[in-house]
Amino acid sequence: MSIGWYLAVSALIFAIGAGGVLIRRNPLVIFLCLELMLNAANLALIGFSRMWGNGDGQIFAMIVLVVAACEVTVGLGIVVAMHRRRLPVDVDEMRELQG
Amino acid sequence: MSATTAAWIVLAAPLAGALVTGALFRRLPGQLAGWIGTAAIAVSFVFALVTLAALQSHSPGDRELTSTAWTIAGTVKVDARLTILVDPLSVFMICVVAGVSTLIHLYSISYLRGDRGYVRFFSYLNFFVFSMLLLVLAGNFLLLIVGWAFVGAASYMLISFWYRRTTATSAGMKAFVINVVGDVGLVLGTFFIFRHTGTLDFLGTFRAAPHDFASGSGDVTAGCLLLLVGAFAKSAQIPLHTWLPDAMEGPTPVSALIHAATMVTAGVYLIARMHPLFQLAPAAEDVGAIIGCLTLLIAGTIGLAATDLKRVIAYSTMSQIGYMIMGVSVGAYTAGLFHLMTHAFFKALLFMAAGSVISAMGGNQSLDRMSGLRRAMPFTFACFVIGGLALSGVPPFSGYFSKDSILLFLAGRGGWYWILYVAGYLGALLTALYTFRMIFRAFFGEPCPEAVELEHGHLHHPAQPTNPANGEIEDTDVGFPGPDHAIAEREWPMRAAMGGLALLAIVGGIVAIPKTTSWLDNFLAPTFANSTISVHPSNGLLALGLILGAVISLGGIGLAYYIWVLRPSLAPEIAARVPLLTRLFENKWYFDEVIDALVVRPGAWFGRFAQNTVERVFVDGALISGTTGLVRAGSALVRGTQNGLLRVYAGLMLVGLAAVGLYFLLQS
Repeated sequence: MSIGWYLAVSALIFAIGAGGVLIRRNPLVIFLCLELMLNAANLALIGFSRMWGNGDGQIFAMIVLVVAACEVTVGLGIVVAMHRRRLPVDVDEMRELQG
Repeated sequence: MSATTAAWIVLAAPLAGALVTGALFRRLPGQLAGWIGTAAIAVSFVFALVTLAALQSHSPGDRELTSTAWTIAGTVKVDARLTILVDPLSVFMICVVAGVSTLIHLYSISYLRGDRGYVRFFSYLNFFVFSMLLLVLAGNFLLLIVGWAFVGAASYMLISFWYRRTTATSAGMKAFVINVVGDVGLVLGTFFIFRHTGTLDFLGTFRAAPHDFASGSGDVTAGCLLLLVGAFAKSAQIPLHTWLPDAMEGPTPVSALIHAATMVTAGVYLIARMHPLFQLAPAAEDVGAIIGCLTLLIAGTIGLAATDLKRVIAYSTMSQIGYMIMGVSVGAYTAGLFHLMTHAFFKALLFMAAGSVISAMGGNQSLDRMSGLRRAMPFTFACFVIGGLALSGVPPFSGYFSKDSILLFLAGRGGWYWILYVAGYLGALLTALYTFRMIFRAFFGEPCPEAVELEHGHLHHPAQPTNPANGEIEDTDVGFPGPDHAIAEREWPMRAAMGGLALLAIVGGIVAIPKTTSWLDNFLAPTFANSTISVHPSNGLLALGLILGAVISLGGIGLAYYIWVLRPSLAPEIAARVPLLTRLFENKWYFDEVIDALVVRPGAWFGRFAQNTVERVFVDGALISGTTGLVRAGSALVRGTQNGLLRVYAGLMLVGLAAVGLYFLLQS
C-alpha cells in the first residue's frame, strides 16, 4: 500500500480532531479531540517510519504518546479542579485572561 | 623628608581641615572652627617651607620632581595620573598661597565672629585653598583642570556665602558662569595640545612640544589662545572680567583670598607654567600682552570712578593682574611672579584694612559716606597707607621693585613693546591716583558720624541691617553678615594678620632688588631655564625705570592729595568738564551692558525658545506624545484579539500553522 493512504487517513483524523477542538465547548471533549490530533500525527509518523524502513518514526510516536499522557493528566486535573469549585465546565465561560 | 612627601602634606592639610570642619558642622563651639581651619592652612604653609628647603637640597638641574599617587586611566593609553609636580615654580606658588592664606584665615577668625555660618565659612575657605594648591601642584593637565574647576566652585560658594542676599547669589552665579567659560577654554586648549603630544603630563608635554609643534603653527597657537581664555576668565581680564567686581558681594576675607592668593593669580600661573608652549606661539603671547595692557588701563580708569571701597580695590586687582599677565606673556616670568607675590601681600593687606573700615561703618562700603576715619582707627589707617604705598609702587615698598621689573623687561624687548612700556607707566599713574583717592576720601577730611562714634569708643551698628548694595533690609537668618562687627583696633588676630602682611608689603621686594639681590631669579631659574626670551636691559634703562617709577608714583600721590584733600571741589569740576569720559568710567566702560546685549540676552532668548518651542512642541509634543500615541493605538488594535476565548486562540493558531505550512509547501 502506498504512503498516500496512510497520510490521507491521518489527515482526515487530524481534521476531525481540529474541528472538534474548535467546535466543542466541553473541556473533556476538547481533550478527546486533542488526542485524535496527536494520534493522527502518530499515524503519519508510523507511516513514514514504514516507508523509510527504520524505527525513528516509531520512537517519535512513543514520545508523542508519553507527552499526550502528561497533557491529559494536567488537563484532567484542571477539569476536576473546575468541577470541585463548582465552575461551569465550559471553555467559553473561562475568559478572565483577556487583554 | 623628601620634597614630594612634604608637598603631599601641603595638599592634604587644607583638605583635612575642610572635611573636619564640614563634617563637624554645628558641633564646633565658638571660634574652634576658625582655629582648626587656620591651623590646617598653617600646617600647609609649614610643609610648603619644608618642601622649599628639601627642593633646595637638590642640584639645580634636578629640581623637577614628580610623585604619582595612582594611575587613573592607564588601560586606555591616556597617562591620566594623580601626579604632583614639585619644581621651583610650584613651590614658589604654594609658599605664597599657603602663607597669605594662613594670615587671611587668622584674620577671618575674628572678622567673621558674629556670623552664624561661621563653621561653614571655614570649611569653604579651607576647600578654596586646597583647590588652589591642587591647581598649582598639579603635574598634568587633568589635575590642573580639576583644581581649576574646584577653584571656580569654591569661589561660587564663597561669593554667595551670604545667600540671603539676592545680590550675593547672583554675583556668585555670574562668577561661576564666566569661570566655566574659562574652564571650557582650558579643556579645549588641552585637547589641542594633547592631540599632538599624546601626553597629559606637563614635563612630557614640554619635552615633546618643540618637536611636535612648529613654532607659530596653527594648532599650538589655537591651543595657547584657548588656554588664554581660561587664564582670562580666572584672572578677570577683559572681556571676561565682569565677575570680579561683583564678587565683592562675598565676605571681605574671601575678597582678600580671591585677589591675593587663591584665584585670580591662577591665570598668571597658568601662562608661566605653560611657557614652553607659549614660546612656540608668539601670536598668543602678544594677545596676552595686549589684553593685559588694556585691562590694566581700563581697570585703572574704572577704579578712578568707582565709589564702593571694595570695588575700587577690586579694579585695582584687575589692573595689577593686567601687569602680571602682560609680564608673563612677554616672557618676563620671574618679574610677573615677583609681582604676583608682592601683590598678594599688599592686596591682602588692603582688603583686610578695607574690611576693618567696612566694619567700622556698620557694613557700609560707599566711599561717599566715609571720611575722616584716620583718628578713629589709626592701625587700620597705617595698614591701608602701607598697602596703598606698596600698590602705587613708592620706593622702597615691595610693589615698586616688582612692577618696575616687569616694565624694565618690556623696555628690554624693544620694538612695539615700548607702547606697552609707556602704557604700564600710565597705569602706574592711574594706580597711584585711584589708590590715594580712596585713602584720602576714607581717612581724611571731616570725620563722618560713624568715625565720631568710634572716636568716643563705640562701634557703630545700624539699627536695622541692610544690604549695602541695594538697600534691602537683611533677612537676618543664617545667610547674612552677623550682627557683630570686628575692627582691627579691637581684635588681636586681625591685627596680627595685618601686621604680618604690612611687614611683608614693605620688605617683600627684597627678594629681587635689581642689581642687588637675585634670590627669586636664582630660585626660579631652573623652571625657566629653557626660556628662549632673555633680555639684558642696559643700566641706563634700569636707572630710567627706577627713577620714572618713583617719580610717577609719588607724583600720582601728590596729584591725588591736591585733588581730593587740598581742593575737594576740583574732582567734581573735572568730572563735569569731561562728562562723556565720566559716564564711561562710572558705567565701567559699559562692559556689563555689552555682554548683556551680546551674550546674556540672546542666551536667555534662546533658552526661552528652546523651552517653549523645542521642548514643549518638538520633544514633548512630537517625540514623547507621538511615541506613546503610536504604541497606544497599536496595542488597542492588537488587544481585541486577546478576548480570552480558548477556541479562538486555537483557531488562530491553526490558521497560522496552516499558513506557515502552505508557505513552505509553495516554496519547495
